[in-house]
Amino acid sequence: MRAVITVLGKDRVGIIAGVSNILADSNVNILDITQTIMQDVFTMITLVDISGCNIPFDVLSERLDKKGVELGLKIQIQHEDIFNSMHRI
Amino acid sequence: MLGTYEILETLEMIQKENLDIRTITMGISLRDCCHSDIDISCKKIYDKIAKYAENLVVTGQNIEKEYGIPIINKRISVTPIALIAESCDSEEYVKFAKAMDRAAETVGVNFIGGYSALVQKGYTKGDKRLIASIPEALSTTNKVCSSVNVASTKAGINMDAVAEMGMVIKRCAELTADSGALACAKLVVFANAVEDNPFMAGAFHGVGEPECVINVGVSGPGVVKCALEKVKGADFGTVAETIKKTAFKITRMGELVAREASRRLNVPYGIVDLSLAPTPAIGDSVAYILEEMGLEKCGTHGTTAALALLNDAVKKGGVMASSSVGGLSGAFIPVSEDAGMIAAVKSDALSLEKLEAMTCVCSVGLDMIVVPGDTSADTISAIIADEAAIGVVNNKTTAVRIIPAPGKKVGDIVEFGGLLGSGPVMKVNSYGSSEFIKRGGRIPAPLHSLRN
Repeated sequence: MRAVITVLGKDRVGIIAGVSNILADSNVNILDITQTIMQDVFTMITLVDISGCNIPFDVLSERLDKKGVELGLKIQIQHEDIFNSMHRI
Repeated sequence: MLGTYEILETLEMIQKENLDIRTITMGISLRDCCHSDIDISCKKIYDKIAKYAENLVVTGQNIEKEYGIPIINKRISVTPIALIAESCDSEEYVKFAKAMDRAAETVGVNFIGGYSALVQKGYTKGDKRLIASIPEALSTTNKVCSSVNVASTKAGINMDAVAEMGMVIKRCAELTADSGALACAKLVVFANAVEDNPFMAGAFHGVGEPECVINVGVSGPGVVKCALEKVKGADFGTVAETIKKTAFKITRMGELVAREASRRLNVPYGIVDLSLAPTPAIGDSVAYILEEMGLEKCGTHGTTAALALLNDAVKKGGVMASSSVGGLSGAFIPVSEDAGMIAAVKSDALSLEKLEAMTCVCSVGLDMIVVPGDTSADTISAIIADEAAIGVVNNKTTAVRIIPAPGKKVGDIVEFGGLLGSGPVMKVNSYGSSEFIKRGGRIPAPLHSLRN
């Protein structure tokens, strides 16, 4: 099962490290990362495989959210399906 | 892989433009809960609802978290209680409402709908008792919603029921005078009611529905408004196309949630109701969409045309996104629940008469309208009759949810709180309709072979 993690906010040191550490600890595999600055906003989108995840989805979601607060960013994880269903016929 | 733009567009719709799943509603048939002893029947009702809906709220919350889309309400609709209650000899129908209320409390849903009767062609004794008990039922419970269908295109308008509903609404207002007549906000009078509507207060589980079903209502007026901002000044073809595309995306999201909820709860999925239902939050208003089309204020000349375009485009977009579109589908125009409508009434741009005209082209009718407390029952009945006539003649659903707020006069504001918002008291015609309502009987069904 795959999920999309989005990170939005002000650029700073340690964003990717912060996110990927949590993912590694939870046995979540990163499949793809894109990162760009859009209209001055740091935007990182990560596609991950959560089928081997060793903690419940909502716990992972809370950890990422907490990390976001710590780094002054908005970090969100969502099942990939929501984007697929909306944009792919 | 998904494009960055697509992902960010979805996020923006949810976070900034108030896109949400308005409700997951579980419809439960209570047809096997009839019993000659009212207490046994009530126990059966409680037990069945508590069992079937046991995991509804937590499933909703899980989907919310995993997909990152807010699901505002989790609700239950049941078979119209008049049909179930009829088998028992007791007249204390309020017990049924209390059983529903307790069950709703136990499973943690926001509302439970179905304290209802369908009397378009005439009353049975159960219908009579149920309607008579509505004021007490709605003023002594928290979560129970009620509806009465008084007319249909096939049957015409039951004017006895229309007259009675005027009095029922007045009584509801009196009994909940200290909370701004809140009971009236939980009561809808319908013409051509649909059986699979997930939206309160008019939701009930129709007799043609299966044992248990999941219906989902989607909403995103803010998203449509934002999409229209990007095509400022473009012609109406472009406007309709933009709304259509947006409605498609919104509905796809509803379809996903409906399927997922249905799978997890192991209950068949019924319909997605692709409606634009506003909330009092700024930026989540149907009125602002109409104004975005170029109207200075909602309610001015051109509003009906704008609403007709909006309603049609929403349906066209949604119908391709899901093969199970149903319910009321279209734009809702409740006054108290829509920041733009409230503003339009306050600035005198929007009158009751204009709202009535707008209901000819929208999905429901006169919804969450606050009128002066001294409005007579006959006048309220006459308003219901007008609205029912629009529904019956035009072969569409119409409804009236009107609140004669005790002690309030034109210009006052009544606060309901939460999704129900706050309503400015609107002016009604001061001339009477008593002799008209007093006639009773039935207005015959219209002839449709010579349509115009």
